Amino acid sequence: MTKTITDVICPFCGTLCDDIEVVVSDDGKQLLEVYNACVIGSEKFLHSQAKDRVTKPRMRQDDGTWKDVSYDEAADYTAQMLAKAKKPLMYGWSSTNCEAQSVGNEIAEISRACCDNTAAVCHGTTLIAVQDIGLPTCTLGEVKNRADRIIFWGCNPAHAHPRHMSRYSIFPRGFFTGKGQMSRKMIVIDPRVTDTAKMADVHLQIEQGKDYELLNALRVAFKGEWLPDVVAGIPKEKIREAADMMKSGRFGIIFFGMGVTQSLSKNHNIDIAIAVTKDLNEYTKFSIMPMRGHYNVTGSGEVFAWQFGFPYSIDLTRGFARYNPGDTSSIDLLVRGEVDAMFTIGSDPGAHFPISAVKPIANMPSVCIDPHLTPTSGVSKLHVPVAFNGVETGGNCYRMDNVPIDCRKVVEPPAGMLTDEQFLVMVRDRLKKLKGAA
Amino acid sequence: METVTITMKNPPALYLEADNVTPDVFAGKTAAQIAELHVHEGNTTSTLGKYFEVSGNAGATVADTKIVVKGDVKKVKYLGMKMSAGEMVIEGSADQYVGAWMTGGKLLAKGNVEAFAATAMRGGELIVEGNAGNYLGAAYRGDWRGMSSGKILVKGNAGSDIGMYMTGGEIVVNGNVDVHVMTHAEGGKTVIKGNTKSKLGGQLVDGTIIVFGNIETMMPGYKPNGEVELEVDGVKALFSHYIGDMGERHKKKKGAIVYGNLYKKI
Repeated sequence: MTKTITDVICPFCGTLCDDIEVVVSDDGKQLLEVYNACVIGSEKFLHSQAKDRVTKPRMRQDDGTWKDVSYDEAADYTAQMLAKAKKPLMYGWSSTNCEAQSVGNEIAEISRACCDNTAAVCHGTTLIAVQDIGLPTCTLGEVKNRADRIIFWGCNPAHAHPRHMSRYSIFPRGFFTGKGQMSRKMIVIDPRVTDTAKMADVHLQIEQGKDYELLNALRVAFKGEWLPDVVAGIPKEKIREAADMMKSGRFGIIFFGMGVTQSLSKNHNIDIAIAVTKDLNEYTKFSIMPMRGHYNVTGSGEVFAWQFGFPYSIDLTRGFARYNPGDTSSIDLLVRGEVDAMFTIGSDPGAHFPISAVKPIANMPSVCIDPHLTPTSGVSKLHVPVAFNGVETGGNCYRMDNVPIDCRKVVEPPAGMLTDEQFLVMVRDRLKKLKGAA
Repeated sequence: METVTITMKNPPALYLEADNVTPDVFAGKTAAQIAELHVHEGNTTSTLGKYFEVSGNAGATVADTKIVVKGDVKKVKYLGMKMSAGEMVIEGSADQYVGAWMTGGKLLAKGNVEAFAATAMRGGELIVEGNAGNYLGAAYRGDWRGMSSGKILVKGNAGSDIGMYMTGGEIVVNGNVDVHVMTHAEGGKTVIKGNTKSKLGGQLVDGTIIVFGNIETMMPGYKPNGEVELEVDGVKALFSHYIGDMGERHKKKKGAIVYGNLYKKI
């Protein structure tokens, strides 16, 4: 016999779909089938059942081979590495739950480390802009029930957040949006003809790296001021048309992604997009929301901000929290040679950082806590496999609209495997002894 | 004026935070006392004397104190931070935050300086003979008040985001600059003798940008407003005048809207 568990949360992307159904064996040890999830989400659940999964911590030997070690030995190495380092970097946190993040923050405070999450290569620039200018935002429920102007700027939910459009933004029939996609206008701004762009009512195929100019032109168009004939490859008539379409809606929302946060102008793109949203509120109701990637990157920002006052790129080396991306951000720290130990959890900088930032990791004491084999586990000295968050352990996480949701445990982890939180508690207790902290 | 010379003898393995190296902290101290001042390498605190050789005593007052920094200080941050008077000369290149939050005095860097030099500067003079990094004279992260007074001269090139949130003072760059000049500014003046890329004066409320070279891409929020003859640094020339940022909010003076000004040499 099998059991079906309903209303499971998917721990893949920031959309945090909460309608997943999972079929498990009667003893709760095997996960057999996944329903309702997108392909990426299903794979995340099913990958926990991989037969070749690493279940024991492994230490790299001098000859390059791996040797299995116990969790105790792994915690000893990690605690000693953090105690010895003058400026350790603790990076990741986005694919683990808030409980583990909070224990991680205790460790960071004792070892006076730099802590950062994946926002550093993702929506960190958004957080800078939010601090500079504020954020008129809403929840995804409001989008579903009210929004009739949907703008996707530099993002491709058709591939990156596959169920976003069907659950919240384009297709659902909400309270005031009874006709589903028929009641909505969809505008996509992207230099490429993506699968999302193909669905749009209006696709502004902007020249790469000129988002700031186009957003500025929209602000000028709202005010009816003079515009040059062409901005960022778009004729001014089309810009005025798009501006009118935005103004004429009852409730609009701008969703934006990596295409604007990590292209030329970075935080300024978001800064001016928020200014556009603010301007539009003089005519109608408008909101803006980042399309957060990792399922709990938002939660990591929340936990950092709650405990240290800043959402990412925090430097605790002087005993108080400092925050200045460019100085305290992971890639800069690694490329400039500012750190002497690397602790990675719940993310894969080896795959996402520039190679000049990955090389130093291979040359310093390093730990990677991750259930998967990744490029980061490949360059680290110690790899600690742990239970899958949201599959083999529950815990709190935050959706892209800052709504906290509790994940559910659906299947047992392989015998003897620890969760992130359990392993971090072991490290914290050892570190307290080493540092003589109370 | 008394001169204190500090010479790097043991470069740090990581980076050094030397926010105590300013005329304000040195004033009234002997060489031995200066060598005992704190510096920070990562999470460890040690003394200036561990890394630098200190010679000469400081003057009795801040204004009477001159500091000369010698040796390789490419990995030293916060030199001249919050200085209010006196003089400081960095013989080579320095790392980030040179002259950050300075309120007075004269700081000369003979080499390059990295990002965040003269952050939120409130007075005095910073001269960089080499190149300056990003965020020159800008606001600190999250603040809405950048450089408000004083003068910055960069003889080489400067990076991006110079004069962000600037409210007053003057920046002169003899070379080229990267993207974003005076974003969000509410006053002040930036003169660029070389070429610029794009996004000049985005979201600018008030202030003046003068460009002698090219502007790769003009912000659409800047409206042509004829030509004017200007005298800048003793050079008289004809400039195209633009007003903007037309998309941004602006103050009113005697009932008329005050726009920001952008001049490009013809």
